[in-house]
Amino acid sequence: MTCLPENPSGKKLGLVTDLDICVGCHACAVQCKEWNTNGISGPLSDTDPYGADPSGVWFNRVHTYEIEDQEDGTSRTVHFPKSCLHCDDAPCVTVCPTGASYKRAEDGIVLVNPDTCIGCKLCSWACPYGAREYDQAEGVMKKCTMCVDRIYNENLSEEARIPVCVSTCPAGARHFGDLGDPTTDISKLVAERNGFDLMPGMGTAPVNKYLPPRSGAARTKALGAPRMLSIDQPPKKKAGRLTSWIDQVLSGGKV
Amino acid sequence: MHPAKSVIFFTTATGAGYGLLVALFAYSLLGEAPADNSFTWGAFFSAFFLIIAGLLSSTLHLGHPMRAWRALSQWRSSWLSREGVAAMLTFIPAGLFLYSWLTFGMTSVYTFLFGALTAILSLATVYCTAMIYVSLKAIPAWRNLWTLPVYLSFSIMTGTVLFNFLVELFAVPTSRLPLYSSVGFLLYGYLFKGFYWVFVKSAPKVATIQSATGLKASSIRQLDAPHDSANYLMDEMGFRIARKHARKLWPLSIFFGFVAPTAILALSFVSNLGGDVYPAGLALFYMTIGVVIERWLFFAEAKHVVTLYYGEEKV
Ligand code: SF4
Ligand code: SF4
Repeated sequence: MTCLPENPSGKKLGLVTDLDICVGCHACAVQCKEWNTNGISGPLSDTDPYGADPSGVWFNRVHTYEIEDQEDGTSRTVHFPKSCLHCDDAPCVTVCPTGASYKRAEDGIVLVNPDTCIGCKLCSWACPYGAREYDQAEGVMKKCTMCVDRIYNENLSEEARIPVCVSTCPAGARHFGDLGDPTTDISKLVAERNGFDLMPGMGTAPVNKYLPPRSGAARTKALGAPRMLSIDQPPKKKAGRLTSWIDQVLSGGKV
Repeated sequence: MHPAKSVIFFTTATGAGYGLLVALFAYSLLGEAPADNSFTWGAFFSAFFLIIAGLLSSTLHLGHPMRAWRALSQWRSSWLSREGVAAMLTFIPAGLFLYSWLTFGMTSVYTFLFGALTAILSLATVYCTAMIYVSLKAIPAWRNLWTLPVYLSFSIMTGTVLFNFLVELFAVPTSRLPLYSSVGFLLYGYLFKGFYWVFVKSAPKVATIQSATGLKASSIRQLDAPHDSANYLMDEMGFRIARKHARKLWPLSIFFGFVAPTAILALSFVSNLGGDVYPAGLALFYMTIGVVIERWLFFAEAKHVVTLYYGEEKV
């Protein structure tokens, strides 16, 4: 049924991406492809993979932007991972003529049934974020599943039951949890860091949130990092005898 | 947006087919359609042919054409589904309309009833087609007040010009009404299209790279795209070729779709050439070229907001 669920449970599983932390390594995108090509949506087909013009199905893509003149006058590079935002008011679901696209009442995850999808592509036109991927080889639409085949998978250890983009991120830039409940850690993180929606004007009410990059000073303070030391500044602590001796030998006798 | 040939053919062919059914109803109601049976057959055959060919072409571009029947199920939320349902329903009264026209004559009450039902469902189908586009917030060039009137008026315009040609082809016209109304609807169709173009060119932008990324900075540039080659999104939504040529193409659409057919038809009614099949056919031919260009531009010029993530600044 492509009407949105009438009695949603209130649970909204979603991702939060910290644009302050992402280092743009693309590990989440690669691991997403790796897991999902073997998962319920797999295989995620590629066309011309080793040729001159490769193309393929990816649920997760990392863009990189150069931003100038932020509010504090500084500039920086921002890496920007993007996957389906599992919108509350998902336009991709309501336009679907077949019922193949649906939003789950129990946790808000938006999925496509590959057995009933006719491959009309209308849902990919309706999504403002480019989160839907047409599989040329299978003729059906595919998309991020919030790793639904992991998060409820009892064959995995409990700590592994999170989406792979979250478990893979070496920088800890991605978080997963229930955004429908304001008392969860993830909801508190969003509140504390002023998490925001992408293109709120589109009326999609995305569940996934993004956390803004912090200004340099704010970040240093938040991380508790020391101020940068000057290279000429003498070390505060006196070196031990052994260290002094090694230093002396290595410096060719001059201290 | 990528202008798929199948969708261009589908929207123009079914638009003309439904428009022709509406014209058939209007002229039967006025008693101004030729009483010739060959005309009735020819006209209904043309309408059904255009509609069925259009529907088939739209299913052929699906990833799974054999599952197309499933598209009739979600009429509660989806305009595409509603369009399919309306298209299927229209065949019932349209068949009966033809039957009663042939058996009871064009002015009988049955012909009127089935004709009215056919006309209403035909317009409803075109309405649903237009609403598929109007309902997409992510494509501001479609989601506006002008898309719907353009689709409806183009359907009636193409149907009427086709009707005028068929009258000339199959019968001796008894009235000049088809000729006059063709000119009238050409004017009306392109008037709406003109408003559409002016609106789309001047409408305020609905989204920016700032709102798309949520980043608070006055300048945001794409440094690296996710991949170094194009992907599905860029091929489907990021179509650029047409935009380059748009400035040349829309005058061509106006010339072929409006100026040429109007001039030919107008000439044929001021001169004594009236009642000739050639000007009517030529007008139909030119109009078709113009309308196909118009439909191609409708897709090709429409920008999707996802292009913001790939380097556009405002959509
Ligand atoms: S991000 Fe796109 S695909 Fe995902 S729920 Fe929202 S509209 Fe649908
Ligand atoms: S491509 Fe499939 S999931 Fe998307 S709207 Fe069409 S039928 Fe529904």
